Amino acid sequence: MALVISVLEQGMIYAIMALGMYITYKILDFPDMTVDGSFPLGAAISTVLIANGVNAYVTLPISFLAGLCAGTLTGIIHVRLKVRDILASIIMMTALYSVNLRIAGRANLPIYNFDNIYDNPVMNAIFPSGMKMVQPVVIIAVIMLLMKFLLDSYLKTKSGYLLKAVGDNETIVTSMGMDKGKVKILGLAIANGLVSFSGSLYAQQQRYFDASMGVGTAVIGLASVIIGMSLFGRVNLWGYTFAVVLGSVVYRACVAVAIRFGLQSTDLKLVTAALFLLIIVISRQLDRQGQRRVQKNLGNDKEEV
Amino acid sequence: MIELSHIHKYYNPGTVTEMCLFEDFSLQIAKGEFVSIVGSNGSGKTSLLNIICGSIPIERGSITIDGRDITSMKEYVRHQKIGRVYQDPSKGTCANMTILENMALADNKGKPYGLGRSVKKSRIDAYKEMLSSLNLGLEDKIHTRVGSLSGGQRQAVALLMATMTPIEMLILDEHTAALDPKTAEIIMELTEKIVREKKLTTMMVTHNLRYAVEYGDRLLMMHQGEAILDVSKEEKKALTVDDIMGTFNRISVECGN
Repeated sequence: MALVISVLEQGMIYAIMALGMYITYKILDFPDMTVDGSFPLGAAISTVLIANGVNAYVTLPISFLAGLCAGTLTGIIHVRLKVRDILASIIMMTALYSVNLRIAGRANLPIYNFDNIYDNPVMNAIFPSGMKMVQPVVIIAVIMLLMKFLLDSYLKTKSGYLLKAVGDNETIVTSMGMDKGKVKILGLAIANGLVSFSGSLYAQQQRYFDASMGVGTAVIGLASVIIGMSLFGRVNLWGYTFAVVLGSVVYRACVAVAIRFGLQSTDLKLVTAALFLLIIVISRQLDRQGQRRVQKNLGNDKEEV
Repeated sequence: MIELSHIHKYYNPGTVTEMCLFEDFSLQIAKGEFVSIVGSNGSGKTSLLNIICGSIPIERGSITIDGRDITSMKEYVRHQKIGRVYQDPSKGTCANMTILENMALADNKGKPYGLGRSVKKSRIDAYKEMLSSLNLGLEDKIHTRVGSLSGGQRQAVALLMATMTPIEMLILDEHTAALDPKTAEIIMELTEKIVREKKLTTMMVTHNLRYAVEYGDRLLMMHQGEAILDVSKEEKKALTVDDIMGTFNRISVECGN
């Protein structure tokens, strides 16, 4: 039971990060490594603020804004300074590592003795004492769904349409009389805002900041997006964003199972990477099977004729 | 009126491969005029369109629309008042968006893309009406992804999207070249209909000499960065495909082909 709850908690926290990566990877077609720096950015900012007595909920929008700035910078490096997409994001990722250490003041900052968004007098009063165990998971679910619906409604706005268009066909954005560079920067900003926001939720759930907590964020995010799209994106029941959320939870479950079967927590990043590789291979296999089925059906049709 | 004056355009300036395309090139196009442009590969037809749209920079000269100097205006700013249809049908539409979403995107051209809802329910009927004027049955498929339409259907939607909002000029860059003859014919007739209805100033580059002769008020033949043939009105009406084919062959011989 405890394992299921922990999988759900972390899966849904990472889901918000994965929604950010859905914007960069699926919509913008931009391999964004900035997330390895913007995820701990949100963590560093919120732990420092909480340790200094700031209300835990206030740290959430601040983390989002910080991520927004990080994404904007990656965008400017790529668009205005014309640095290749992946390089621009690696530059920002590396720079952010030091920025995060500066913000936190040291490599590890615990906040065990402070209130956080899951555990504070208000929330403890709302939830009956029998529900203590699910209190964080419910709070995470509410916040995660809120972010998902906000993103969904944004993607239906004029600005959101332009964002979808720029990844699809840059020329059309110019044809609409808009600066495609600015649209890309906006997309990267929103994506990293979400990632940093998710980092803030994660740090408060773990009750510490650690300088290395961002390592592998991009891999986790991409794995979630790819699992989500290849397992649940085909039917597209409640939209692609919901598929990404499910992908994130499934991926967390896979990692938890792998660790359960004798691997140690130091092997976590290895498991993360190996699972990602496995997922890429499997999802390509699924695509091929799909194509073969289509070809077979077409072949049958011809025979009938 | 669109006026290009004393345009100088070099490719690879300052290198051994430097090539002069336009040297002191000037052209005037009257408001509402439909100009078709022909010429061999490398004659400067597409470069001419790119210069007007701001897709490539020029070394010297100026471009004005109705007296307004747009020479230093960025490409995307110019496009707020220019509609453009490309040879490749996938360039004028978004494959992963539905017909309705594409129409809604184009409907907002020239206005800010803010946080208002993109698809307005009140506009759907207007979109359907525009689509039904194409006679391709697309009005019943507005929720279909544009990527799953045929090249001709996509090009028809692209043409509609380029001319939906008020524009000062329509640029057609070999927009029928990637289509089969029958579909090309349909798109060409649609083009004529839209251009005449909206009285659009139009520049159409084409490799199809028959289209160049049949459509448009004026015909330009480009060769090595110059308009070697420029006929309009009555003179153009008397022009036949054989006439321009003759001129075409003559310049080709001069070039040693």
